Amino acid sequence: MTALLDVDHVDKRYVLGGVLSREHVDAVIDADLSLQRDEPEIFTIIGESGSGKTTLARMILGLETPTSGQILFDGEVVPTRGSGKKRHAFMAQVQPVFQNPFEAFNPLKRVDRYLASTARSFLGISDHTAVDAAMDQALQKVGLSLAEVGGRYPHELSGGQLQRAAIARALVCNPSLLIADEPVSMVDASLRMAIVNLLKTLRDELDVHVIYITHDLATAYYISDRIMIMQKGRVVEAGPARAILDSPQHPYARLLKASVLSAEDAGHGRLTPAAELMRECNELAKRGDAGKLVSGTDGRQVRVYSR
Amino acid sequence: MISIVRDLIRYNIEFAIGLVLTTIIVIFACLSFFSPVNPNLVYTAIPDQPPSWQYWFGTNSRGQEMFWQLSFAFRNTLSFGVTVALISRVISIFVGLLSGYLGGWVDRILMFVNDIFVAIPIFPILILFYFVMRSNLNSFTLALVMACFGWPFDARLIRSVALGLRHREFTRQAVFAGMSPIKIMLEEHLPYVMPIIFATAMANMIWSIGLEVTLAVLGFTNINIPTVGTTLYWANNHSALVVGVWWWILIPVIILVMMFLGLFLLAVSLNEYIDPRSRLRRMGV
Amino acid sequence: MASNDVLEVRDLKAYYLMNYYGVTREVRAVDDITMSIKRNEVYGIAGESSSGKTSFIKVLAAAIRPPLEVVAGSAVYDFSGMRPIDVARASDADTDRIRWKYLSYIMQGSMSVLNPLRRIESTFEDFAARPLGLSGGALRQRVVEHLATLKLGPEVLRAYPHELSGGMRQRVTIGLATICNPEFIIADEPTTALDVVVQKDVLSLIRNLQRQMGASVILVTHDMSVHANMADRVGIMYAGRLVEDGPTRTLFTAPKHPYTAHLVASLPRIGDTARRPALEGRPPNLADPPSGCRFHPRCPLAIDRCKTEVPPLATVSQEHRSACWRADDVEPLVTADGDAGRDTVTA
Repeated sequence: MTALLDVDHVDKRYVLGGVLSREHVDAVIDADLSLQRDEPEIFTIIGESGSGKTTLARMILGLETPTSGQILFDGEVVPTRGSGKKRHAFMAQVQPVFQNPFEAFNPLKRVDRYLASTARSFLGISDHTAVDAAMDQALQKVGLSLAEVGGRYPHELSGGQLQRAAIARALVCNPSLLIADEPVSMVDASLRMAIVNLLKTLRDELDVHVIYITHDLATAYYISDRIMIMQKGRVVEAGPARAILDSPQHPYARLLKASVLSAEDAGHGRLTPAAELMRECNELAKRGDAGKLVSGTDGRQVRVYSR
Repeated sequence: MISIVRDLIRYNIEFAIGLVLTTIIVIFACLSFFSPVNPNLVYTAIPDQPPSWQYWFGTNSRGQEMFWQLSFAFRNTLSFGVTVALISRVISIFVGLLSGYLGGWVDRILMFVNDIFVAIPIFPILILFYFVMRSNLNSFTLALVMACFGWPFDARLIRSVALGLRHREFTRQAVFAGMSPIKIMLEEHLPYVMPIIFATAMANMIWSIGLEVTLAVLGFTNINIPTVGTTLYWANNHSALVVGVWWWILIPVIILVMMFLGLFLLAVSLNEYIDPRSRLRRMGV
Repeated sequence: MASNDVLEVRDLKAYYLMNYYGVTREVRAVDDITMSIKRNEVYGIAGESSSGKTSFIKVLAAAIRPPLEVVAGSAVYDFSGMRPIDVARASDADTDRIRWKYLSYIMQGSMSVLNPLRRIESTFEDFAARPLGLSGGALRQRVVEHLATLKLGPEVLRAYPHELSGGMRQRVTIGLATICNPEFIIADEPTTALDVVVQKDVLSLIRNLQRQMGASVILVTHDMSVHANMADRVGIMYAGRLVEDGPTRTLFTAPKHPYTAHLVASLPRIGDTARRPALEGRPPNLADPPSGCRFHPRCPLAIDRCKTEVPPLATVSQEHRSACWRADDVEPLVTADGDAGRDTVTA
């Protein structure tokens, strides 16, 4: 099997209240995606808050267990917390990048500590110089260096540098899959592109697969190969990124695209909300029909509903 | 280290005063190492002498020089208080961090034990220990027993901080950086817990010393060991105030108040200094 | 002060002066800003973290508290029926008089404005009763009418903030800010925490209300695409200074400052996969900003003069100012049609 990651009809249901409670929240319903080992790509999951994209990411990272379905990494079920050696081997291959770089590092501790720990833990090296070399190598890949970052506290670096350092930390152990959860939403606009371009470089030059989670369609268009749009836990449209974003078919996907503010025609205030589409989406939500995914011609899948 | 102390002295008046007071008491207590008098002997001096140039703190009805007596008393009391505070801090940090970070059944069991210790009334237990051990009850054993009762409240406080820290993103990143739970607890989370440690150590010391004094005054400890409590016991025993030997009670009480004040000021100012928020401000965040 | 201006800011300097454990820090958050806002205009302030825009807003909102201090300059409002008032040095009594009735604000994060323990109607009472001079039934009626224009039904009044969705809460916040028909509204990142669909809705609402009331809005956000669609004029702040300001279209199609050019060019758009340029360096430290032009360490056009002399905010053309020694050499990095230009701006 050359499948690197296989998410197979995964559900996640949270039960609220006590043992006898009936209340539940379906965070993810029937999610399906797979990544092939020899085709590094940037796979984007797009959704708004409450869409289930973060829950799905957490399940892939092994931080949550699916309620039904399974997630296979390299042919084996993703080990969740506390499975010892298997979990360790898994973490060496799959690493996260978090949204807020200033939160991702302990403000009271130096930044290189985490890189050193990753090196020692996953590369099995303990010699001081070997660890430094590994850190420097990873930092060079993101355009930084140990000289710049070593001995610094998080507040001494900019948001962009810090996020790149976080990516470098994830790269120290040479993982095959990087899960980036909204990596640029908290980074200043002038520094954002450096990181987005970096993700592209990771795919092109280092053969790292990236699952890029975002709500920003524009950056998704810029770097993704494939894309999956989620709404309220369900996949509504999935497939080749450019094709879908150029002409989305599902009403929600069309609504998202219509709501994106663009800088074209600046000063002329194109602010009319897409009322028609909003109405259509509300109708569909009210009907409560789950619909089903149907494959299209250009390799995409769209959720369609019975009339 | 020196520069930190220097900064604190210069800019934090509470720290300066606290340091002065505490240093005076500590020096006073350390003088006992050079005492020419054996504190366990009685009638080595003329009894009931008021403070004078010969006897700085006067003498008590048992014929002991108050100055040396109190020096030993404060040395024992201070070391007692510090021992209790230290041991109970260690237990509460351990329990609080483990329970907050690991959660699950570890948390449940530890908090169950915690609540038991909160519910057990300490006073009867201490008296029980006294009756069982009598004159074998030395300061260290008493300290140990008190330490076992001094940790529950603080463990819960620490646990609540640890619970909050568990969900912060740097904890998750630390996990993916391969840090073991122990390393995370001790290196990532402990700095956030330190302010609580300091504040509660102070409260703990006041509590334990107060309890010791109470037990001693009532005669439920080994009254042959000179401590602040036993001094007051003997003073009571000899009806010091009635007889007019006021310096036997007043002087130890004054020094005790000075000590508490000094420790309190130190704890408050150090606490403010090591609080992560103030540390971040100083670092220039 | 032109009678057309509702706000005139002159040479405004506001610093954070802090002395902590012997370490004195002077953070020059607002360093010499001169600009004005006309009546019935939406003025956008664009800037990133450490641009000083939040501190600037605090001064404008008359929310100046230590360690923030106004060191020099003035920010004068000219409201109808009142003497001009300089909020940089006005008394509390004066600012109380204008607050909410003439000057109001829409903050980021509606949950921090709405008291979670009080129903919406109580919050409206707290804010609006005194400025409007109404109470009881009359106030309630006014509120219901106003909420209707925001497409919110009267049942919202009895609700608690957590019972409403994020979008509805933000509408309530906008309703709060506009109920007294103020002449000047400060909107600080009003849609940053919102989903993209709700964002467009809320922004169009703000725009419509502004047009209806004839009020001026100062819209602060780092998101350039919001400015492109909302603002009539935009001011770009960098390191506590205003580096460019002018009509929106001009700034987006023909910017005359390298920072603006970069900000505009780095916006990714759907339908365009050309490589977007990235800016070198890091945002400035306001406690120790670079000498001369504060942008020079990151500027592709920097020359020696930029390191030593501060460029003044000079008029480039009608209503368009730029603080750059080489303003004439600035070319857009990417044209308005999305064709990728050269990756860096060359002389």
